[in-house]
Amino acid sequence: MSAPTIEVRIPTILRPYTKNEKTVSAEATNLGELVAALDKSYTGLGDRLLENGELRRFINVYINDEDVRFMGSLAATLKAGDSVTILPAVAGGC
Amino acid sequence: MTLRISSKYVDAILEQSRVEYPDECCGVILGPEGSDDPQVLKPMINAAHSPTFYEFDSKDLLALYREVDDNSQEIVVVYHSHTETEAYPSRTDIAYASEPNAHYVLVSTRKEIAPENEFRSYRIVDGIVTEEDVEIF
Repeated sequence: MSAPTIEVRIPTILRPYTKNEKTVSAEATNLGELVAALDKSYTGLGDRLLENGELRRFINVYINDEDVRFMGSLAATLKAGDSVTILPAVAGGC
Repeated sequence: MTLRISSKYVDAILEQSRVEYPDECCGVILGPEGSDDPQVLKPMINAAHSPTFYEFDSKDLLALYREVDDNSQEIVVVYHSHTETEAYPSRTDIAYASEPNAHYVLVSTRKEIAPENEFRSYRIVDGIVTEEDVEIF
């Protein structure tokens, strides 16, 4: 059985990697596979999402309305019809 | 570049920074997409509840971006306060700045400077900070 196609919303700051596409899609059964598939199509994108094999602390990823940190992060499973949103944290400090 | 902003928003942001002191306060001002016109003030909760750090709550962040998309808006201003230091982007601010089209507004609540003098705006693009004029009307 082939993996479902997942729609992914890309934030402004990462659109240079996706030829300015706001929404892209990739086939994957979990988030780790999705990131790998995205990096294959859009070289360099994986590096902006991962650090030492984990999601970067200041990148938020959601499956539908849920933050993936509460769903197993890269192990979070994906099914047909899911949509993924990537948002950089709005953060800073003195 | 210049940030044109209503005095009611400047006053509201400075007031929020005093109310939330000693924590940093934060928020955004939205406007119609492509307008560069800050029209809708949205104070946000500092999920870090810290005098040295701010971060939007992850659920609030998603809701905010959904609202912006649904209403064909853009984030015109991202603001936060520094509690004891100059209203100038810190290394952390620069590292996490992710809206190249936004005006990054910094205010400061440090005591030796009257807060109303410390309302400053910057562009932060690819790690480069450029201060810009603020025109208050």
